[in-house]
Amino acid sequence: MSAIAQKKGFGSALWDWLTTVDHKKIAILYLASGGFFFVVGGIEAMLIRIQLAVPDNSFLSAGLYNEILTMHGTTMIFLAAMPILFGYMNAVVPLQIGARDVAFPFLNSLGFWLFFFGGIFLNLSWFMGGAPDAGWTSYASLSLYSPGHGIDFYALGLQISGAGTYIAGINFLVTIINMRAPGMTYMRMPLFTWTTFVASALILFAFPPLTIGLFFLIFDRMFGANFFDHTMGGNTIIWEHLFWIFGHPEVYILILPAFGIFSEIFAIFSRKRLFGYSAMVFATVLIGFLGFMVWAHHMFTVGLGPTANAIFAVATMAIAVPTGVKIFNWLLTIWGGSIKVTTPMLYALGFIPSFVAGGVTGVMQAAAPLDYQLHDSYFIVAHFHYVIVGGVVLAILAGLHLYWPLMFNTMLSEKLGKITFWFFFLGFHATFFIQHFLGLMGMPRRVYTFIEGQGWDLFNFISSMGAILMAIGVIVLVINIVMTTVKNVPVGNDPWKDGRTLEWAIPQPVPFYNFKRTPLVRGLDTFWIEKQEGNKEGMSYAEPLSDIHMPNNSFIPFVMSLGLFIAAFGALYNGEKAWAVPVLVIGLGITLASMATRSLKDDHGYHIHKEDLMDHKGGNY
Amino acid sequence: MKVGFDLAMMKGLKKWRLFSMLAALVFFLAACGQEQISTLTPRGPVASEQFDLLILSTAIMTFVIIVVVVIYVLALMKFRRSKVGENTIPEQVEGNTKLEIVWTIVPIILLLILAVPTVWLTYKQAEVSGMEQVDEEGNKTALTVNVTAKLYWWEFEYPDLGIVTAQELVVPTGEKVYFNLKAADVKHSFWIPSIGGKLDTNVENVNKFYLEFDKESEGLKDGVFYGKCAELCGPSHALMDFKVKTLSPEDFDEWVAVAQEEVPAPSEESEDLGEQLFVSNSCIGCHATSGVAAANQRGPSLATFGDRNRIAGFLEHNEENLKGWIKNSQEYKEGNLMPVYPDLTDEELNALAAYLMGLSVENRE
Repeated sequence: MSAIAQKKGFGSALWDWLTTVDHKKIAILYLASGGFFFVVGGIEAMLIRIQLAVPDNSFLSAGLYNEILTMHGTTMIFLAAMPILFGYMNAVVPLQIGARDVAFPFLNSLGFWLFFFGGIFLNLSWFMGGAPDAGWTSYASLSLYSPGHGIDFYALGLQISGAGTYIAGINFLVTIINMRAPGMTYMRMPLFTWTTFVASALILFAFPPLTIGLFFLIFDRMFGANFFDHTMGGNTIIWEHLFWIFGHPEVYILILPAFGIFSEIFAIFSRKRLFGYSAMVFATVLIGFLGFMVWAHHMFTVGLGPTANAIFAVATMAIAVPTGVKIFNWLLTIWGGSIKVTTPMLYALGFIPSFVAGGVTGVMQAAAPLDYQLHDSYFIVAHFHYVIVGGVVLAILAGLHLYWPLMFNTMLSEKLGKITFWFFFLGFHATFFIQHFLGLMGMPRRVYTFIEGQGWDLFNFISSMGAILMAIGVIVLVINIVMTTVKNVPVGNDPWKDGRTLEWAIPQPVPFYNFKRTPLVRGLDTFWIEKQEGNKEGMSYAEPLSDIHMPNNSFIPFVMSLGLFIAAFGALYNGEKAWAVPVLVIGLGITLASMATRSLKDDHGYHIHKEDLMDHKGGNY
Repeated sequence: MKVGFDLAMMKGLKKWRLFSMLAALVFFLAACGQEQISTLTPRGPVASEQFDLLILSTAIMTFVIIVVVVIYVLALMKFRRSKVGENTIPEQVEGNTKLEIVWTIVPIILLLILAVPTVWLTYKQAEVSGMEQVDEEGNKTALTVNVTAKLYWWEFEYPDLGIVTAQELVVPTGEKVYFNLKAADVKHSFWIPSIGGKLDTNVENVNKFYLEFDKESEGLKDGVFYGKCAELCGPSHALMDFKVKTLSPEDFDEWVAVAQEEVPAPSEESEDLGEQLFVSNSCIGCHATSGVAAANQRGPSLATFGDRNRIAGFLEHNEENLKGWIKNSQEYKEGNLMPVYPDLTDEELNALAAYLMGLSVENRE
């Protein structure tokens, strides 16, 4: 079997990455490109804080500042946070449910390449006449007014990468519904699988409104439509509704998997079953559901009237209840446990106070009349950074340490990890805590500068200093990653020793076919159960050793995404360049042709034979 | 249940501390920020009600944070592996229904305490029927101001008084002032932090609300309250400031009376070089010099220019800045719609600046 043991040159290795349909490799692709965009977004954040460190600063011009601000938000949400979380989902969920791979490996690859090309397209705007400058929310009146092609890059880039996200969401839904190992009932699913499941359902319902909104914007700006032009009978408020019907669930698409990662960490490093598992599951589903009922709290000052504002205020407050349930269950998980403060656990412990602080300011803003003051001020900037950095980014960093051995068979340095944590954590609070007060003191958000003598000088300076600490933390992390990769010390099975769920039962390095035999799940935390019972084999298995059916690699997803990437340039320059329409047609043609190829060409995959499996290391213990 | 006991004990203890903490909180918050721009120093009932909601919600949330932090710290102190032993396997507790009910019900009660005043104030602050009220003679009883937000300036029209000004809102204290808000180009948002929360100026509809000004602005740092644009509206969003001058009702009536006087239109035949230039350079095409003018002008009315606190809403009010602005306003406010006049000589700029500084309602001869 040639696929099992091979030494490859650079060319074939590259080809392997471009064509892979293996969820573990796609996870690494997501993590690497998400990590790259995270650094890009971080540099943008540093530029913002440099500009705002002192009043009347002229480090950045007004227009350039707006571009950086827009790209910081858009990059962090769409190109960093979501893809990195997808990376973890890909790396962990199939193993965690004992599946061979995701349900649609081909689509998994397509989802990644769409995201990747969309992200590249969006960032090419920097080199092709200027980035979008209407904020990540891109409100319609300003986004229609904005000159140049920045907004076009935004709309087309997000449309392409959004398609990738949508595909990935569907893939995980199907995978989790259909591909759980025997014995893994819904109520035995680990919390990370549950949160991935609910987040994927949110993607299913939240992304279509964004897609529609973006298409309206694309047609308005590039093809002469008037959906948002009020002088032609359009309406800009429609954009706000569409954007936030997507945008609010999007927050939960990010935070739920983060909750999942922390749920795993608290249980592992307290050596204790997650407290109130069924309440946790229920709270997750409820948060997902309520997440769709509250979008207009982003629009309290739009003038929707007191009835709409009151209803959305109360609905928003309601979300605090299931979120509180989660917090208390985490606390009771570590209560009575045996807490080991590893780097992932340190992040999880840092998450609790940070996220609670972000959560309570969210409730404050739910009080609509109070929000009239807080909305679009620095208070809201502080709030959502507390939720997204204090929740999602801490989860991403925690997950990086937790799942690094699973993904790369090495262990990131715990010492450097803790140094990163303290720099990042203290820097984060220094940067954002003080911004609450800036908002209360009347400072609006999205300002490229502020005039001296309004009482904001000192706090802005402190905030910028905090950002430097965060940057140092990230730099140490990069050093950590490089050193760990260079040293390349392999870890053993169950690298954290206290693994509870199926992904830790698999031999390290994880074989490309995952479990040789599908495991039998005998309860929540099934690996823990086997370990407590002293099972020498590691797991109970649900089937005898037999041939494994594997999918073939494919280059088609890459080409399909490339076609849309090319077509986007045609759309962008429509009506401006003579070659625009032909390029649009050629690009779409490439995509359609590759779709046809995929449909018409039979690809049955291949089998790994039983005999080969027996020889392969990491099989039966 | 040990946990329940600890919780109850902590609650009893913490409630006491909460009071003193709350008092300290209000004090600390009030010391934060400057009176003319901070939401923490409310100078009108709307901002005061919103500030009360801030204190109430902060108090409730502080309580929640304290409960969480206490459990968190205790857990961390008691259950470290170094404390409980390397090889201890903790009891694998499934959960506790009673606790789940407690931390579902208690937050619901806390939220209800916040929700009731929230809903009540939401309706109260949206009440604008007073705008249409008339006295026996059919005159409006309340003052209404139509605000039009433009890139990057503000127009204030007093429809019942026949006055149009810009950049500096003049209002009486002690009465409800109603606002009709609209944007002329892209969306903006109208915000006077120490007077009340913001309301967006949309492009397709008029938003209405009221504000009430308690304090005369004369004693403030710059003699004005600060107003801000709170919605990203383009490159110079950060500089789209306006100022609010609050006058006693008597002073306001006086101001209205002067502002309503017709001023002769600037003429090229004038002996004043500044006035000539104002006409010959077509400034007059966009800028009115009389308070009595039609609304929705292309450029801000300059009828009260000499009275203003700032040039272009944010620059210090002196001739130097004014001349710089006229010469090349793009350098000051990127993306604004005023043409640049790089060819004006120093002499011409001086004359023009002097003429503009002389346009005043407060000091009109």
